[in-house]
Amino acid sequence: MSTATRPVVSLRGAGLAFGDRVLWDGLDLDIRPGEYFAVLGGNGTGKTSFLKVLLGLLPLTTGTVEVSGEPPRRGSGRIGYVPQQRAFAASTPLRARDLVGLGVDGHRWGIRLGTRSVRRRVDELLELVGAGSYADAPVGTLSGGEQQRLRIAQAIAGDPELLLCDEALLSLDLHHQHAVSELVDEQRRRTDAAVVFVTHEINPIIEHVDRVLYLAGGRFRVGTPDEVLRGDVLSELYGTRIDVVRTGGRVVVVGHPDSSHHTHDDQEMAL
Amino acid sequence: MSPGVPSLPAALDWDRVVSSVFVFEDYGELLSLLSSSIWAGALLGLVGGVVGTFVMMRDLAFSVHGIAELSFAGAAAALLVGADVVTGSLAGSVLAALVMALMGLRARESNSVVGVLMPFGLGLGILFLSLYQGRSANKFSLLTGQIVSVDPVQLTSMAVLSAVVLVGLSVMWRPLTFASADPLAAEAKGLPVRGISVVFMVLLGVAVAMSVQIVGALLVLALLITPAAAAMNLTASPVRIVVLSVVFAELAMVGGILLALGGSLPISPYVTTISFLLWLLSRAAATVRSRR
Repeated sequence: MSTATRPVVSLRGAGLAFGDRVLWDGLDLDIRPGEYFAVLGGNGTGKTSFLKVLLGLLPLTTGTVEVSGEPPRRGSGRIGYVPQQRAFAASTPLRARDLVGLGVDGHRWGIRLGTRSVRRRVDELLELVGAGSYADAPVGTLSGGEQQRLRIAQAIAGDPELLLCDEALLSLDLHHQHAVSELVDEQRRRTDAAVVFVTHEINPIIEHVDRVLYLAGGRFRVGTPDEVLRGDVLSELYGTRIDVVRTGGRVVVVGHPDSSHHTHDDQEMAL
Repeated sequence: MSPGVPSLPAALDWDRVVSSVFVFEDYGELLSLLSSSIWAGALLGLVGGVVGTFVMMRDLAFSVHGIAELSFAGAAAALLVGADVVTGSLAGSVLAALVMALMGLRARESNSVVGVLMPFGLGLGILFLSLYQGRSANKFSLLTGQIVSVDPVQLTSMAVLSAVVLVGLSVMWRPLTFASADPLAAEAKGLPVRGISVVFMVLLGVAVAMSVQIVGALLVLALLITPAAAAMNLTASPVRIVVLSVVFAELAMVGGILLALGGSLPISPYVTTISFLLWLLSRAAATVRSRR
């Protein structure tokens, strides 16, 4: 099978449980190159664990998983990972370019030799995410949005086939949410990478998303946003009455059992 | 611990103190003694400056202090049973570092572990010292640093330990930087973040044990934190930080030893004062620069 049609992620009968608690089970899923895939759900539904499975950090309880046609292994160069935004301490002894440089060769042992090629690649990446103007600024002095641009540059350093984003927009203001989400999508279009975006708030990325995996209480639904983000579907999934309101291109879920977890900033309409 | 230097009397007797410090009869021997001390200081400056940058990056200042107290306990125990003090201090600090590494990896969780271990270590050390009947000069030197006296055997062991720390850090330089700055991303890249942390703590333990020999358990931070902190006031470039941190640590260590040679005081007040002054200057420079 050619790489163009081979799924980047392939799960068959996949299940994950911690002890007696089943996070999800019987998941069959193929994610194609260039697909923008969102993983939604409340806290503790196994969203982040889903990413850990793809990263090879967590084994499945049942079923099989393949990334680029192989079982996932730790440290695969084919995967880029953008973690949740956590501010760097003001005194962090790294400049913007050093943080990006870690994505180029930070996983190699020993001291960096041949600095020129790394430097060139880092400059390219900084331009790509629009961070050229603060390349030499200490990361601790940058805003959350600027730091997150750098994390994206770090994650795409190896032009990965699969870009995993774990709540990558959390605690950013709306303007930066939009900008960072655009960057992820640009990388997807340019390199035909598949994107798996874990989030509890779909609105900042909804214009890009092809399909969603919605996790709730040990069950799940897969489909396009229009298929899944509906009152009847979510009501069935949660076993309680849920209303979904669409307004101005945004999706607002009402009566959501997990909504108490999402008293976050301006995200009162969180999924 | 210091066969080359006569022991100080318990009661203060200035004439004896002065005459026991300024010994010029056998100048050749003194010179060789002096050069070992300076070499030891230079090694310690190098190791302290390099290790310090990672200590700062991983926010481990409190852990360093805790390791030093257990290193002191180990050294005191060795003194009591007549074993080698360097070995005792090394055993104490590596054990403490391992416990801290395994019980609480990141700064926040490990703080309580350190807080629990530190007084225990200090108490044990004081117990061992109280039971020890030997020379009083040795007792104090473990806590507050010794009067210039590093014998060639000690120098050799310090050179070996320095090599272990520096080679170890070189090998894991980039992964350690990655894991310290951004542990989640580093783990996703397949780096053994936990293993890296444990190995770093062991190397840190070795560096602390070396420092305890010279500047004393209570003052280790002046060598493992202050120079790196001063460097970080001046730049955010990782390479420049390491270079500056080593330069500052060398100024403090070697400068401190050279000054201490002329008087009757231990090295440590000189080292800590130079170290602190450098930090103050760097702080002032950073403030001036940020106003512009």
